[in-house]
Amino acid sequence: MEPQPRIGVYICHCGTNIAATVDVEQVAEFASHLPHVVVARHYMYMCSDPGQALITQDIKEQGLNRVVVASCSPTMHEPTFRGATREGGINPYFMQMANIREQCSWVHTDREGATEKAKSLVASAVAKAALLEPLEDREVGVTLGAVVIGGGVAGMVAALDVADAGFPVYLVEKSDHLGGRVADLNRVFPTLELVADLLEPLIERVQTHPNVTVFLNAHVVEVEGYVGNFEVTVGVGSREYGVGNGEDGLGQRPLPNRVGNGGGETSNLEPETHQLSVGSIIVATGYDVFDPHRKPELGYGQYPNVITSLEMERRLAAGDLTGFPKPVRSVAFIQCVGSRDAQVGNLYCSRVCCMYTAKQARLVRELLPEARVTVFFIDVRTFGKGAEEFYDEARAKEVRYRRGNVSEIYRRDGRVVLVAEDTLLGRPIEFEADLVVLAVGMEPRSDTAALSRLLKLPRSADGFFMECHPKLRPVDTVVDGVFLAGCCQGPKDIPDTVAQAKAAASSALIPLIRGTVPVESATAVVEPELCAGCGMCVDVCPYGAPALDPLWGVSRINAVLCKGCGACAVACPSKAIRMQHFTAEQILAQVDALVG
Amino acid sequence: MALKTEPMAEELELFGCIQCGKCTGGCPVARKTVLNIRSLIYQMLVEPEMDVSAHPELWDCTSCFTCVERCPKDVRPAELIIGLRGQLVESGRIPETIGAALMGIFRQGNPSGMAREDRAAWVNGTAVKAAQKGCETLYFVGCIPSYDPRVQVVPRALVKAFAAAGLDFGTLGTEESCCGNEVRRMGEAGLFEMLVEENSELIRGVGASRLVTTSPHCFNTFKNEYSLDGIEVLHYTQLIAELIEQGRLKFSHPPNLPERPSPPELGGTGGGRGKIIVTYHDPCFLGKQNHIFDEPRAILKAIPGVKLVEMDRNRERSLCCEGGGGRMWTEGTNLEERLAFQRVHEAAETGAEILAVACPFCLLTLEDAVKVQGLDDRLQVMDIMELVEMAIDDDE
Repeated sequence: MEPQPRIGVYICHCGTNIAATVDVEQVAEFASHLPHVVVARHYMYMCSDPGQALITQDIKEQGLNRVVVASCSPTMHEPTFRGATREGGINPYFMQMANIREQCSWVHTDREGATEKAKSLVASAVAKAALLEPLEDREVGVTLGAVVIGGGVAGMVAALDVADAGFPVYLVEKSDHLGGRVADLNRVFPTLELVADLLEPLIERVQTHPNVTVFLNAHVVEVEGYVGNFEVTVGVGSREYGVGNGEDGLGQRPLPNRVGNGGGETSNLEPETHQLSVGSIIVATGYDVFDPHRKPELGYGQYPNVITSLEMERRLAAGDLTGFPKPVRSVAFIQCVGSRDAQVGNLYCSRVCCMYTAKQARLVRELLPEARVTVFFIDVRTFGKGAEEFYDEARAKEVRYRRGNVSEIYRRDGRVVLVAEDTLLGRPIEFEADLVVLAVGMEPRSDTAALSRLLKLPRSADGFFMECHPKLRPVDTVVDGVFLAGCCQGPKDIPDTVAQAKAAASSALIPLIRGTVPVESATAVVEPELCAGCGMCVDVCPYGAPALDPLWGVSRINAVLCKGCGACAVACPSKAIRMQHFTAEQILAQVDALVG
Repeated sequence: MALKTEPMAEELELFGCIQCGKCTGGCPVARKTVLNIRSLIYQMLVEPEMDVSAHPELWDCTSCFTCVERCPKDVRPAELIIGLRGQLVESGRIPETIGAALMGIFRQGNPSGMAREDRAAWVNGTAVKAAQKGCETLYFVGCIPSYDPRVQVVPRALVKAFAAAGLDFGTLGTEESCCGNEVRRMGEAGLFEMLVEENSELIRGVGASRLVTTSPHCFNTFKNEYSLDGIEVLHYTQLIAELIEQGRLKFSHPPNLPERPSPPELGGTGGGRGKIIVTYHDPCFLGKQNHIFDEPRAILKAIPGVKLVEMDRNRERSLCCEGGGGRMWTEGTNLEERLAFQRVHEAAETGAEILAVACPFCLLTLEDAVKVQGLDDRLQVMDIMELVEMAIDDDE
C-alpha cells in the first residue's frame, strides 16, 4: 500500500510582488490545515538558495513526500523547484506549483480578494499534489550538426565556430555570394581597415573548411522537429522562405560536399532541394537598409546630390566625388534617417550611423581637403571601443558637428538647401550643400515575417527577431535549439555581431556536445484494455506520436515524439489514454478543491 | 501672465521631446519671426513658469502642422501653441482682430461677422436642395466660400459639377455654421466644443452617408476632430476625382480661359489655344496634414488641354501660404515678408500660367501675393474647381 501523502506547502513573497497584494501569512496558515499538509511556510524568495534549502531540509527532516510551491508561473521556476525536490531525495514530479503571482497578485489590487484567490489556488494545488505520481526524466539522442541561415559576417563566424568544434555545418545563403551587407562597405570604423582585408580571409576559411557546406542562392523551405533533431529542407534556387522550387517533380539529391560556391566558380543554380538533419539552428539573416524615399521631405531620389551612406561607401571606395551638379565644396551628413523616428515606425537607434558617418566624414576630409564637411546630428553615440576617440579625431580633422536634425531639403540652383534649426545657436538655418549624405538606418528584413512563420520565432515590437531574455538570454529564442546572431535580432556593429555570433555558436554547440536533449516526461500512455482502436488519437496528434498496433489493433504512443499536449487524451472516446501528470483524477481533484 | 508650465507640459505630453529641432527647422514662419517652437517646448520642460503674454509671436503660427508631421517622437509641437493661445484667450489678451473673428463666429456663425441669413446667398439663383430634406451627400460649404465674393465661384462650380454628375446632394443653407477648425487653433476651446456639439447634431440629423467640404480646413476638423458616427468625410478633390474616375463627370473641352497670360518666352502660347500649363499648390490641411496629394493632381491631369508641372517644393514640402490657424485675421509679427510672395515666385518659375489651389485661404493669400509681386501678367491663381467648371460648362 502506498504511504500516506505528507505535503509541504511553501508560499513565496517574491519580494513584494506577491506579498504586497496577497497576505502570505494568512495563506500559509490556511494551507497548514489542508488535508495531508504536514508543514506550511512562507518565505521572501523561494527560488533563492535558502528558499530551496527549506524544501530539501523539510523533505529530509519531516519525511515529506509531496511539495507544493505557491509562487510564480511554472514557466519561470518549475525546473528550480523540481531540482530542490530531487535534492531532497524524492521524485521531482512530486512537486506541484500554484501560480499566485502572474495569475493572482499581479492582476489584482484588492488584497482581501487576492488573498482568498491565492488560498483557493493553493488548496487546488495541494489536492493535486496528493495524487501525484513519480515520472522519470528522459532524454533522446541529438543529430550532430547545425544549420546556419545567412552568410553574412554573423553567419560565417557562427558557422566557423561550430565547424571548428568538429560538427558539420550547413550555411544557407540566399544570394549568390558570402559576405552579406558588410561586402557593400569600403572601410570599417574605428580602424579604417579595408573591408576586403577583413572579409576575404573569413570567406576563404568558410569555403575551405571541411565541416562547412555552403548553399548559395538558397532558402530554408521547411523546418520540422525540435531541439536536437531538426529536419531542415533547403531549396537551392528557391526565392523565398517556405517556398520550394515548384511542383516540377524535382526530387531530393544526395548531398554534395559543396553546393554553389562564391568567388567566381560556377554556382549550381539548378533548382534542387536538400533535406538536412541537425541538432541546432542559428538564424543570422541580417537587416534591410532603410529606404529614404519614405522621408520625402529629404528629396532623396529627386535630387542627384542627395545620396545614402551606402552610395557614399561606393563613392569613397572609388575615391570619386565628382559628377554631381556642382563641384563638391560643402558636404552635409544627416544622421538618424529612418532611425529614432516614430514617423516611419522605427523607434530604435540603429547604433552604427554615428560612427560610419564620422568615418565617412573623415574620409571626405582626406579626399577633398578644401571641402567643408558638416554633420547634422541629434545626439552623437559613440559607445564602442575606440569609438569616442575616433569621433575626437574626426572633429580634430575639422569635421563640423551641428546639433539639429534637418527637417527639409530643397533645391537652389545646382545646390541643395538644408532647412534645419541649429538648436545650440537656437535659430533656424538654411545650409547650402553640394552633396548630402543620408545616414540611413537598419530595419528588420522584409522577409522576417516569412522566416518567423517557418521557425515559429516571435518578433519584438521593433520587428526584429525576439531574444528569449534581453539581458540574460540574448542569443536564445523561445524555440529550443534555435539561436540568433547579428542584426536579425537588432541593429549592431561588426564587433557586437561577431560577439553575438560566437555566443550563438557556443549555445548551439551545447546540445551537440552533450549528445542528448531532455524530452517531455509527462507523456500520454494508452491503457490497451480500454482502447477500442478507433484511431481518433492518431488523427488529432500534431506530432505523429500515436499509431495503431497492427497486431493488437490498439493505439501505442511513441514517448519520444509525444510532447504531452494532451489532445489525444481529450479526444479518446473510451478514456483509454491517460495524460501523465495531468490525469483525470488529478484535474478533477483540483477542480473540486476550487469549487468545493 | 505667468503660466505654471508643468500641468500643460504633462497634458500635452511634451516630455517625449528630444530637442532635435526638426519642428523649428521645418517651421515656415520661424524663418521670418522669432517663433521657435522647439525653444518654447524646452522652456515648458525646464522653467517652472512662462510669461505667455511676452510671446506675441504665438500668433505667427499658421497651424500648418509641419512640426507635428516631422516630429520623430510623436510630440505635437503645434498643440503647445494652441494651448498657450488658449491661455491668452482666457485672459482676453488677444489681437483685436482675432477677438472680432471669434465674436463673429459666436454671433453669426462666421468669422467675418456677416449676417447668418445671407449665408446661402452664394448660390446666386441656382437651385440647391436643402440637405435637411435628406440626401446621400451633404455638401458643407464653409464660411469663406459662402461669403467671400472671390471664393463664392468655387461652391457654385462645385454644385454645377455635382449636378452634372447626378449626385444626390444638399446643403445646410443658412443653418450652416463655422466648422470651428480655426477656432480651435486660435485657442478658443470652449467655443470650438460648442460648435462641435451643434454642428454634429445638425449634420447627423441629415442622415447623409458622406460629408464633402469646400475647404481642407473644414475637412480636417470634421475628419479628425469630430466624431460623426461613420459618416465618411471627404474633401471635394476626393469626390470630384472619384466622379471623374467613375465616368460620371466628363469634360467636353479644354477650359475656356477668358484671358491667357502666359507669355511665349515662358513656354506658354501667348493666349488662345494650346496647352494650359498649370502648377498645383498643396494646401497644408489637405496635403501635409491629411496626405491627400494625388486626387487634386488626378483632377488636373484629367482636364483636357491641361499640362501639370510641379514646383520644386511640392507635396510634403509644400510651402504654407500663411492663411491658416487664425492668420487670416491677424498679420503676425512680421508684416514685410510673406511666404505667399515666395510661393508665387516659385510657381511662376515653373512657367505655369495657372497656379491651381484647392483651399479658400490659399486662393486668397496667393492671389493677393501675385498682385503685390506684380506677377499678374503671367500667373493667375485659380481654384481647381474653376478650371473644372470651364471644361464642363457648355450650356451657360
